[in-house]
Amino acid sequence: MSEEQHATLVAEQFDDQVQQYQAASLGMWVFLTTEVLFFGGLFASYTIYRYLHYPGFEIGSHHLEVLWGATNTAVLICSSLTMALAVRAAQLGKIKDLIGFLVVTLIFGLIFLFIKFAMEWRHEYLEGLAPGVNFTYAGPHAHQVEMFMIFYFVLTGLHALHMIVGCGIMTTLIILALRGAFSKGHYNAVEIAGLYWHFVDIVWIFLFPLLYLIGGRY
Amino acid sequence: MLCLLPLLPKQASTVAPSVDHLLWFVIGISVFFTALIFLLLLVFAIKYRRRAPDEVPQQIHGNIPLELTWTIIPIIIVIVIFVWGVDLFVRERRAPMDAVHVYVVGKQWMWKLQHPEGPREINTLHVPVGVPVELTLTSQDVIHDFAVPAFRIKTDVLPDRYTTEWFTATRTGRFPLYCDQYCGTFHSEMRGDVIVMTLPQYETWLSGEMHHTETMAAAGEKLYESYGCITCHGTGKAPPFVGLYGAKVRLEGGQTVIADDRYIRQSILDPSSQVVLGYKPIMPTFQGQISEDQILQIIAYIQSLANTPGAQGAESAKETK
Amino acid sequence: MGTVTTTTLQQPQAEEYRVHYLNAKYGIKSWLLTTDHKRIAWLYLVSTTFFFVIGGVAAAMMRLNLVSPQGAIVQPETYNKLFTIHGTIMIFFFLAPAVPTVLGNFLIPMMIGARDVAFPRLNLLSWYIFITAGMIFIYSVIAGGVDTGWTFYTPLSTSYVNTHVISAAMAVFISGFSSILTGLNFVVTIHKMRAPGLTWFRLPLFIWSMYAASLIFILAMPVIAITMVLVMLERLFHVGIFDPALGGDPILFQHLFWFFGHPEVYILVLPAMGVISELIAAFSRRRVFGYGFVGFSSFAIAVLSFLVWGHHMFVSGQSVYAGIFFSAMSMAVAIPSAVKVFNWTATLYKGSVSYEAPMLYALGFIGLFTIGGLTGVFLASLGLDVFLHDTYFVIAHFHFIMVGGAVMGYMGGLHYWWPKMTGKLYPDYWARLAACIIFIGFVLTFGPQFILGFEGLPRRYAMYPPNFQFLNIMSSAGASILAVGYIMPLFYLVWSLKYGPEAGPNPWGAKGLEWETASPPPVHNFDKTPVVTEEAYAYGAHPAPVTTAAS
Repeated sequence: MSEEQHATLVAEQFDDQVQQYQAASLGMWVFLTTEVLFFGGLFASYTIYRYLHYPGFEIGSHHLEVLWGATNTAVLICSSLTMALAVRAAQLGKIKDLIGFLVVTLIFGLIFLFIKFAMEWRHEYLEGLAPGVNFTYAGPHAHQVEMFMIFYFVLTGLHALHMIVGCGIMTTLIILALRGAFSKGHYNAVEIAGLYWHFVDIVWIFLFPLLYLIGGRY
Repeated sequence: MLCLLPLLPKQASTVAPSVDHLLWFVIGISVFFTALIFLLLLVFAIKYRRRAPDEVPQQIHGNIPLELTWTIIPIIIVIVIFVWGVDLFVRERRAPMDAVHVYVVGKQWMWKLQHPEGPREINTLHVPVGVPVELTLTSQDVIHDFAVPAFRIKTDVLPDRYTTEWFTATRTGRFPLYCDQYCGTFHSEMRGDVIVMTLPQYETWLSGEMHHTETMAAAGEKLYESYGCITCHGTGKAPPFVGLYGAKVRLEGGQTVIADDRYIRQSILDPSSQVVLGYKPIMPTFQGQISEDQILQIIAYIQSLANTPGAQGAESAKETK
Repeated sequence: MGTVTTTTLQQPQAEEYRVHYLNAKYGIKSWLLTTDHKRIAWLYLVSTTFFFVIGGVAAAMMRLNLVSPQGAIVQPETYNKLFTIHGTIMIFFFLAPAVPTVLGNFLIPMMIGARDVAFPRLNLLSWYIFITAGMIFIYSVIAGGVDTGWTFYTPLSTSYVNTHVISAAMAVFISGFSSILTGLNFVVTIHKMRAPGLTWFRLPLFIWSMYAASLIFILAMPVIAITMVLVMLERLFHVGIFDPALGGDPILFQHLFWFFGHPEVYILVLPAMGVISELIAAFSRRRVFGYGFVGFSSFAIAVLSFLVWGHHMFVSGQSVYAGIFFSAMSMAVAIPSAVKVFNWTATLYKGSVSYEAPMLYALGFIGLFTIGGLTGVFLASLGLDVFLHDTYFVIAHFHFIMVGGAVMGYMGGLHYWWPKMTGKLYPDYWARLAACIIFIGFVLTFGPQFILGFEGLPRRYAMYPPNFQFLNIMSSAGASILAVGYIMPLFYLVWSLKYGPEAGPNPWGAKGLEWETASPPPVHNFDKTPVVTEEAYAYGAHPAPVTTAAS
């Protein structure tokens, strides 16, 4: 790569590419810290209410679609693998592989969202378990079950929002890759997007047992 | 001597002098350090004023012993204030065992008070001088705060739970009472008076009021009948109330709880959350059908049954390990 | 901070036309789409000043109303809206952004010898998010206002008031993201963009305190954001997250709110503390006494700020043990604060002290912050808080910190760096006069409120018993003096833009990389990346000549 091309890849506020890369990477880590706190506030509230209203949380949890939840967990774990492979491909400069892995990751993300909304949320809505919209559950501990469902929808909704953003990022990366924006040694965006994607996966890894597996279903 | 200054309201409770001692101590510390800093700033700013435009002063980087001094001295001072404050707080919170009870319900924007003997008051509280009074407070809507500056006491009044505060008035008179927690449009009008009377005066007042009212326990007993509690709790289909108050209760699921005000209140409003071991969860919720005052009356009724001897309901108490 | 003169000073001459960041481009687009941190600082300066005026007008109306025990001009409902507007705007739309986004944006890259912040476009995005949030809040005010108080306590805010809580909560939620992104940008910039030779222990203390404040932004703001989401959901769908009638816990809201809310207070004052370190050093021509102690005390304050939230809840039924823990932690904050005050005072000792306007603000800050900090000890003490909680004593205490501290620091900083930002000098006589008026007005406004608190007057009272009237009138009189003091800089600073004499690169003879480049600075701050070989505030080594336009 010639000096001129090199210069255009470094934004004017940076001295060189190393500095630019380090700044972007640190920036993403700091951003993920704020995300941890963002979900942290919710997890803290969840924990307190689960302690206070355990029976209702158990009942609520047993109303969830655990098989679909488990499927989604598997889907996301696979997507993390393909994301990691995409970063690896970018490091090696294998642009075709990179595009392929990114597309697979995107597809996994879309499958996740489809299952989340069409299979789970829709089902819960029809079952009358959507607080504030359609909540008809009238069995024991109705208020507590409602509280559980609020946390279920807020937590999974917030996570789904992050997934939607993630899919947007994947699409952008694919377009950039097709346009030839990445080459060996120039793949910061892929690596940083990978950090984000893995973070969103990890959040789900916490959400799944917290929401679906209360009180030993099997 | 200190009370001559008009800075603070007249001390009118037993804790007030203790609060004021600490207060004056911290005021003294604050005035001393404020004066010290202002004086040093003034002296330095004048003494070391710039005398020539190109003056270069001697450079001093720091001084470790000095840094340690002004770190350690404040540490010692705040430790003293901290310990003193904790000790005071514990005294402010721990009510004497022999206190007279008064029940307070806050609502937007008034205070409803009831004495166990029956008299009800709005925004006014009559108490005898020299007798410890313990308030049990709850709110039927938002968070309020029951504050009497002359007694130096204050506590938040929360919906869905009981808080307590206590005082022993030391002088007779009329002392303002404020809501200190912002509670909506007419927050500033949610105020009243505590009227402290001598014991004979108070007894006269109480018996005068009692002519046209019944005790809280009696009112609670009527509710016990009118709400139909009696149909189960009086027939053995549900746990009886005799000897219940203050006893340990075993619940379905194995936990043991103390049958206190909070437990009784929750059992009325959300019965399925704590079903007593050996009984069926048949009780309907009374959420929205019963007021906070009425719940307090039922609690008073259950409390009045606490010490009745030979009660078959005491089994739950004996059963505990 | 000296550099081996790799920086070529451009000595501006009146006739010579020099390209700098202000005249490099013209037109409204060149401002609204700029990614230059210096221009973004101006965007923030204009917008935070706008919000300051709104919040100030609300405060003026409150003080006017409190002249009479029955309320002189408005009904209680309106009064409640006024203090909510005042609190929310001043906290979220003026104080929190003021020093970081105006002075921080302008100075951080300059002080560390960088061309810009790490993410200039993100920086602009932060401003747009901030403006969006501000406009949503203005909408909620115009649509009818909100009367929950800036603390949005549940269940009042979620189930009982009928005002525009959702839009107000939305505004706070969105403004949080602006702060998060600004904090993120600053942390990365300070980590990765420092000039060669500029080690951590050579950084100006302003950078240290901005770094500490940015960490708080990053850690505290997400929590308020999610809390506001829950409040909005509860109102929108009538579900019981915090409503006790549905099994929610209103105290949980207070925990979440103050977990953010108390660090927020230090977000307000930490950057101002950094400004004061710079001012004290420059106007006594001395390295800040105990540099390391002042720097680390900023971090001590930042860390402790996350462990003190429970002191807002000593009387709300929190357990005694929690109360003891939070009391101890809150007391501990007094230590680093005291260390700072003593070190600043010691910096004057045997210095060469001059009294230009910024220095008057700095001296005022130290005095008022001392009082604000000491009165905080009253409230950190469990036994005393039971008496003083939620009274005017609290109001007076935090205004000494926020106005006597944060605003004085901001004003001082603005006057100190104004010549750098604009290239112009303002009339120092008027500036000094304004500083004195602000100081006197401030003490008259908030001094009497300590006594009101001792006497038991609760806060947020639209009407009050007549025996409190005298002190309230004193306070209102002081507020009118304070208002005059705040209006004056608006005039002479704007005047100086057109008529002020040329400032020159270093009108104060101060040390620091920002003074080694021209005023106003060129687009990329420095013509050549500076190399730093000295520690900060090296006034003894190479005396910095005063370089004004005339010299």
